[in-house]
Amino acid sequence: MTKPESELTWKDLEIGSIVTEPGNASQYQTGDWRSQRPTLNHDRCVKCGICSIFCPEGCIEQNADGYFEANLFYCKGCGICARECWTQAITMMEEEE
Amino acid sequence: MAKRVGIEVSLAIAEMAKLANVDVVAAYPITPQTHIVEHLAQLVANGELDAAYIPVESEHSAMSACLGASAVGARTFTATAGQGLELMHEVLYVASSMQLPVVMTVANRALSAPLSVWGDHSDVMSVRDTGWIQIFTENGQEVVDNLLCAFRIAEDPEVLLPVMIHLDGFHLSHMIEPLFLPQPSEVEQFIPPNRYPFPLNPGKPVTMGAFAPPIIYSETKKAQQANLEASKAVILHCWEDFGHHFKRYYSPVESYLSEGARVLLLTMGSFSETAMAAIDKMRQEGKDVGLLKLRLWRPFPFKEIRQAVKNADVLIILDRALSFGGPGGPVCSEIRSALYHEQNRPKVISFVGGLGGRDITVAGFEYIVNRGIQISQTGSEQEFEIFGVRE
Amino acid sequence: MINSAPLVEIRWHGRGGQGAVTSAELVARAAINEGRYAQAFPSFGPERRGAPVLAFVRISSKQPIRVRAEIAQPDVVVVLDPGLLRIVNVTSGLKPKGMLVINTRRPFQDIESEVKAQWQLATIDATRIARELLGVPIVNTTMIGALLRATGVIKLESLLEPIRQRFGRLAERNIDAMKKAYQETVLKE
Repeated sequence: MTKPESELTWKDLEIGSIVTEPGNASQYQTGDWRSQRPTLNHDRCVKCGICSIFCPEGCIEQNADGYFEANLFYCKGCGICARECWTQAITMMEEEE
Repeated sequence: MAKRVGIEVSLAIAEMAKLANVDVVAAYPITPQTHIVEHLAQLVANGELDAAYIPVESEHSAMSACLGASAVGARTFTATAGQGLELMHEVLYVASSMQLPVVMTVANRALSAPLSVWGDHSDVMSVRDTGWIQIFTENGQEVVDNLLCAFRIAEDPEVLLPVMIHLDGFHLSHMIEPLFLPQPSEVEQFIPPNRYPFPLNPGKPVTMGAFAPPIIYSETKKAQQANLEASKAVILHCWEDFGHHFKRYYSPVESYLSEGARVLLLTMGSFSETAMAAIDKMRQEGKDVGLLKLRLWRPFPFKEIRQAVKNADVLIILDRALSFGGPGGPVCSEIRSALYHEQNRPKVISFVGGLGGRDITVAGFEYIVNRGIQISQTGSEQEFEIFGVRE
Repeated sequence: MINSAPLVEIRWHGRGGQGAVTSAELVARAAINEGRYAQAFPSFGPERRGAPVLAFVRISSKQPIRVRAEIAQPDVVVVLDPGLLRIVNVTSGLKPKGMLVINTRRPFQDIESEVKAQWQLATIDATRIARELLGVPIVNTTMIGALLRATGVIKLESLLEPIRQRFGRLAERNIDAMKKAYQETVLKE
């Protein structure tokens, strides 16, 4: 796990500020950006994967039962999956609820 | 044994890039550096140099391609001048802050408008803050020698910074003069292979050019500054080693007949040689005057400048660039600033001349010295004087 | 003869495309091959065919040459194109007793009466020689022969290698043209 940026001194930095831990963007939580989250109606879902293809974050994954669900650590709540789902299986719900 | 040849300096640069066995050249032609990249293209085309020559569509692309090549661990070289240097401006900052060892020769040229293909230092002065190591040269031999050193300095694991070698456009780039080119074996001995530590490689992925919010940006800049400052030790060691091998010696500030001189003239680039002839003449006439030649421009040699002028009463600086609405001579303003806290410092007088290819003759330098001495005695309303301008 | 002078400054006058710059380069390289110091450079700028151009050569036997400004007071002036005499002041700054080498069809005496007595003169019909031996009126190498005859500033043999390197299979013809001009240049001995 990389040190949080607020704790790095200039001496901690790699040459040219290169980040040598590959793929560490995955440690960056974007899920707390959203104000709405996608919810899935399993009765309407036909497991086509269209939502997954359209997700700009690439955070919708197929679970063990075959349903496509957004990874809430990353999901920013943009609503594109709900818009593209042609069976209207996905509904955006306010985070507060 | 090195070969003494009569050659155009531009072509000698290309020959040196070939001797250094560069891997990638991404370049766009522009007067007065065109002969450099044309000759390189020829060397690659006829198989004398095994390199990828990328003829890009602009200097912005040239430096961008060089960045990419350097990031893969290639020994990378390019050349530009004037407007070309301006066009790649934003990418210059990226090369240095990403710490990629690109080497570039700049045939210093005046900036438009009006359009001028002739030489001066305005292009150099526009890239002062870009974070590149920058070295000035006075004659063809110095150009090829420092180009050789540039590869070694840039790629040194303690440095990993891009290097610009400055040569006066036309006055040096198009000059045919004698110089010694080293043998391939001497080059091989002097520059180790490029071992950039994080070459882009899918087998060992890294992130380059990451995003930096305010919380971390200052630290990245401090690191960059510390590395540029630290490069000076490597530069000095490289020059020392060069002198040991090739018997030609370079240092950040060089002097000519300046021992005990009360009046010093300071120049950069090929006009320094004409200035030396002027100093000879003035000394013969009994004038107490010497010459300083600034060679290492970045990192700026604060210590050496302070040391060189500590016994002088008057320091007359000739800039070949004009900082409009500001201090006039950029080099002069930096030197004044470097001397500000010194107990004993000379009066510093600023001249701007040799703009857009205008020659300064021996007589011209004599005038500058005499007028500089006069200003030091009587003072002046102006921040600086433009030498030779018709009023 | 000029050969023994510590510094010799030569200014060439030509038109863009006539090879004035090449002449200067060949002379400088020959001097460098002789172990001397030399500089050659054009009056810098965008090249255009037909426009008057200048080229400069400095040769020093003992010391590296430091002055890099254009030559304002030459010891020798070489004029490749006689038409230039009407539009350019070719003798500007030419030192007293300096040598003026001109490519011209006109007889030596004619030019001599026009040229002020303070300068020396050498003439050659280089255009004729070039047409004869090269098939084109490009007189740059021919005029080197005239320069050498008039001033002795370099040994003729020193030009052979630079010309061969520069001209490849056309080299021998250029060398012949240079040698012919060397023989036929007219000057007051």
